[in-house]
Amino acid sequence: MPELVLAAEAEANPFLPAIYDITWSLVVLLVVMVFFVRFAIPRFRQILDDRAEAIEGNIAKADDAQRKAEAALEQYTAQLAEARVEAGQIREQARADGQRILAELREQATAEANRVTATAKAQIEAERQAAVLSLRSEVGSLAIDLASGVIGESLNDDARASAMVERFLADIEATENTAPSAGKN
Amino acid sequence: MFAPEPLTEFPHCRLCASAQKQEIALLYNAAYLLIPMESEGEFHAPGIGEFLGLPALFFADTPFEINRIILVRLLAIALMLFLFWFALRKPTRVPGRNQSIAELALGFVQVQIADQILGKDLGRRYLPLLAGLFFGILAMNITGVVPFLNISGTSIIAMPLVLGLVAYVVFIYAGIKALGPGKFFKNSLFPAGVPWPIYILLAPIEFINIFIVRPLSLALRLLLNMMVGHLLLVLCFSATNFFFFTAGGWAGLFGVGTLAFGFIFTFVEFAVYILQAYIFTLLTAVYVQQAVAEEH
Repeated sequence: MPELVLAAEAEANPFLPAIYDITWSLVVLLVVMVFFVRFAIPRFRQILDDRAEAIEGNIAKADDAQRKAEAALEQYTAQLAEARVEAGQIREQARADGQRILAELREQATAEANRVTATAKAQIEAERQAAVLSLRSEVGSLAIDLASGVIGESLNDDARASAMVERFLADIEATENTAPSAGKN
Repeated sequence: MFAPEPLTEFPHCRLCASAQKQEIALLYNAAYLLIPMESEGEFHAPGIGEFLGLPALFFADTPFEINRIILVRLLAIALMLFLFWFALRKPTRVPGRNQSIAELALGFVQVQIADQILGKDLGRRYLPLLAGLFFGILAMNITGVVPFLNISGTSIIAMPLVLGLVAYVVFIYAGIKALGPGKFFKNSLFPAGVPWPIYILLAPIEFINIFIVRPLSLALRLLLNMMVGHLLLVLCFSATNFFFFTAGGWAGLFGVGTLAFGFIFTFVEFAVYILQAYIFTLLTAVYVQQAVAEEH
């Protein structure tokens, strides 16, 4: 048995390929290469490209969203600032208006007061004039009364004269006292 | 300039150096194992019969004869293609588990081999080829540690040889396409920056290195790694079997040792299978890159 194996081994050279070995090697090679060239690697690349594209797309989308958000934020900030400025302006305006209105009112009030005062003064003046007029007329009649009195009595009696003047003045006072009370009533 | 494997330019040199050291060790072992050990009586060390002269299972004595190794090879490839097809059949933007693994695997070849060695443009063009080489070799290698298959589809010569020829044709095609035939052969055989008398010596060496040694070294490196790995595992496990069941008694203790070695070497082989697929693909990419480079 060992001799037989040895003989077989002597005939067989491990570095000389058998025909069927070559055949099946070529078949295997062809199948593997066709599979990798036609299927595995194209599919692999397709997956990677698709994924890269998807990732890029998502990144672009995210960038876009970010840009939009930033723009919106900027817009809102600008609007807010604008609104603040506007509010400030309105407030200032209101304050100015208020002051103006207040000043106007004050002016009006002053004018009114002046007018009232002037009217009052005029009235007082008129009344004083009237009083003077009436007084004057009364004084005239009084003078006439007095004169008639003087004529009726002796005018060279000093005592009488002074008594008459006293009475006259008392009469005036009495008239003056009764007149306002009469005016009041 | 005319080192047979100008790998020092690349960051993988440590990996490759250790792999080469390992190759030497494995070759030594292989040579040792190929001598039948008759001294232990009933114990037959595994030999070349593991790979050659296997009984035909289908289509005996035709060019389409299928024996165990061919069957394993076809099964491995079918399964690998099915897995990729299954994972990528309905790709989604958010990948499922299978799709993620497939993408990770293809991404490894794309990033670590194609783009890193060849750059973006060339890497893109040669990625299908490199991916096919890597996963084809990986699938056929890995069966070496799959229970009930237990042999690599690349452990008989034609497959590594055909793969080596593919790399050969591809790098020559790439060089001629990129530079035109004249410039490509001139760059390859008469590297710049050397005084002209040296070319008398250098040109033949470069010719042998680039146009003869490269494809053969690719093929033989893969073949011998697979053969030797298989022989190591068979040796460990058949020795374990022998010590446990044939020798018996105290010899069983040796069996524990050989079993442990078998266990360890299974993991080592697993790493070797991945490493060899990687090295084969990487070197193909390196050869293409050197062929298309303006200055050698």
